[in-house]
Amino acid sequence: MDNRVIIVKNLVKKFGNFIANDNLSFEVFKGEIFGFLGANGAGKTTAIRILSGLSSPTSGEVLVAGVDASKKPEAIKKQIGYMCQKFSLYEDLTVKENIMLYGGIYGMTKSLIKERTDDLLEKLNFREYGNKFIADLPLGLRQKLAFSVAVFHEPKIVFLDEPTGGVDPITRRQFWEMIYETAERGITVFVTTHYMDEAEYCDRISIMSEGRIVALDTPENLKKQYGADSVEEVFIKIARPN
Amino acid sequence: MLLLVPAVTFEMKNVRLCIIDKDMTPESRGLISKLEGSKFFKITFSSFSETEANNMLHRNKFDIILSIPSDFGKDILTERPAKIMASVDAVNASTAQLSWAYLNGVLRDYNAILLTENMKSTPMEPIPQIQITNRYWYNEMLNYKHYMLPGILGILVTAIGFLLAGLNMVREKEVGTIEQINVTPVRKHQFIIAKMVPFLIIGMIDLSLGLIIGKLVFNIPFVGSIVLLFMSSFIFLIAVLGLALFVSTFSGTQQQYMFVAFFCMIIFILMSGIFTPYESMPAWAQDFNLINPVAHLMRINRMVMLKGSTIHDIRMELYSLIIIAIAFTTLAVRRYRKTA
Repeated sequence: MDNRVIIVKNLVKKFGNFIANDNLSFEVFKGEIFGFLGANGAGKTTAIRILSGLSSPTSGEVLVAGVDASKKPEAIKKQIGYMCQKFSLYEDLTVKENIMLYGGIYGMTKSLIKERTDDLLEKLNFREYGNKFIADLPLGLRQKLAFSVAVFHEPKIVFLDEPTGGVDPITRRQFWEMIYETAERGITVFVTTHYMDEAEYCDRISIMSEGRIVALDTPENLKKQYGADSVEEVFIKIARPN
Repeated sequence: MLLLVPAVTFEMKNVRLCIIDKDMTPESRGLISKLEGSKFFKITFSSFSETEANNMLHRNKFDIILSIPSDFGKDILTERPAKIMASVDAVNASTAQLSWAYLNGVLRDYNAILLTENMKSTPMEPIPQIQITNRYWYNEMLNYKHYMLPGILGILVTAIGFLLAGLNMVREKEVGTIEQINVTPVRKHQFIIAKMVPFLIIGMIDLSLGLIIGKLVFNIPFVGSIVLLFMSSFIFLIAVLGLALFVSTFSGTQQQYMFVAFFCMIIFILMSGIFTPYESMPAWAQDFNLINPVAHLMRINRMVMLKGSTIHDIRMELYSLIIIAIAFTTLAVRRYRKTA
C-alpha cells in the first residue's frame, strides 16, 4: 500500500503577476508530523489553503488523501481537519454546541458525537467547561479545543496553520503533546509555525523562501547539512543567506 | 436622488377609472370624454356589470368605479337631477380623498357646460344638475393609520431580513469562522439555508408582534386571511434574505455591508409604494418595482388586511415574489464560493 497521503508535483499558484508558490514538489506520509516553515509571506498559507481545498492551484498536481485538489476540492474536505491562524470556533456558542455543529457537518451520528464529546471533555479536563461559551474561555483552552474539534471526525490529515500563535509556553507544550498523540493514531499532521523549538518536534520539516521550498529533510539531517546546532540557525542561514 | 425624487411623489396621476355606462347616450359619453381628457384620470376599463367591476376593484385593477345609471341622459334632457355613483378604493385614504376631489372638479366643469348649453335654448328653465353620490370602500373612515400600518409591517420584516442576515454573514467573515466552514464538506445550499432559517423564524415572530400591536393599539381592521398574510411574508422574506446574503458576499466588513444594505433598503422602501401610490409613479419606476419585493409585499399586505383579498386576488404579486425569491437565493448560492 502507498502510504503517501499528500503528493504535490510542480505546484504553482499565481495571483496576477505575483508567484506565491513557485514549483513546489513534496510528499507527506501517513502518521507523519510535517513542519512547514518559512518567513512571513513565503507562501506557506497559500500552499496550505490549496492543500485543504480552499484555493485552487494555477498549475501542477496536488493529491490529498488520493483526491485531486484542483478537480474535487469538496471531496478533500471530507478527509481533512483544519485549524487556522484566526480563531475559528463560534464564540457565541457553547463548547458542546460547537462540537455538535462541526460533528454534524461532517455527518457524524448524534450518538457518536455525544460519546466522543464525553471522551474529549474528560481527556482535556474540560468537564466544567462543556456548557460555557467559547468567548468566556482563555485563549490556551480555546486553541486546544479548536484542535480537538479539527480532529474530532477522525480525518486522514489535519492542517494546522500557526496553531500556537500567542499561546503561553506551558499550553504550547500541552498542545504539542496532543499533536503527538494525534499522529500516533495515524492522523497526518501538517503544521506551520514560527517557533523554531516547535520545528524540532517535527518528523520532517520543509523551509520555504520566496515561494520555493529551499530545504526539506528531518531536523537532524538539516542541522548536519548546514552545520548548525538548532533548526533556528538553519532557518536563519536559509532564509537570510547574506 | 435622481431615481427617488421623480418616483417618490405625492402628485396624483393616472387614477385608474372604471366606467359602467348603462346609459350610452350623448350625455353620458360627453361626461366620459371629459374624464378622459383630464390628466389625472385614465379609463382603464369599462364594463356593464357591477359585480365584475367590484371584483376587479377588489383585485386592485383600478381605483374608482364610476357608474352611470341608464336614465342619466334622459334625466338631463328632462331637466331632472341626474344621478351617478362613484365607488372609491380608500385603502390609501389621502389618495382616495384627492381623487374624489378631482372627480368632483371634472363633474363641476361638465355641469357648467351643460348649464351654458341649456341657457341658450331655454334660459328660464331650472338648472339641471348631476348629483354624485360616493362611497369610500375598504377604509370608510379614511383612516390614514389603516393605510400605513400594513406597510410598516412590511418594512419591519424587510429590516429584520436584510440587516440581520447580511450582518451575520459578514461577521462570520470578519471573525474567520467562515474559513472554518469553507474547509468542511458542508454543501453551499445547506449553508445558505442554514443562514436563512433562523431569520425566517425571527421574521415571523416579528410580524406576529407587529400584528398584535396593530390590533391592540391602533385597532386596525383585519378582513383577510392571516394565513395568507404570513404565507406571503414568508415568501417575501426568502427573497429578501436571498438578496441580503447575495450582497453580503461582496462585502468584507460589517460597515461596508451596512452602507450597501441601507442604500438598497432605502431605494426598495421608498419605491415600494408605502408613501406614493404605485400608479402615480413614472413608468420606469413601475418597471423597477417588478423586481422590488417590498413593492409586492406592500400591495399584498394592504389588499389582504384592508380589502380581504383572497389568494386568487393577489396571485400575480405572489408569483412575482416567488420568482424573485428563487432568483435571489440562486444568486446567493452561486456567488458564495467555498474555493477561491
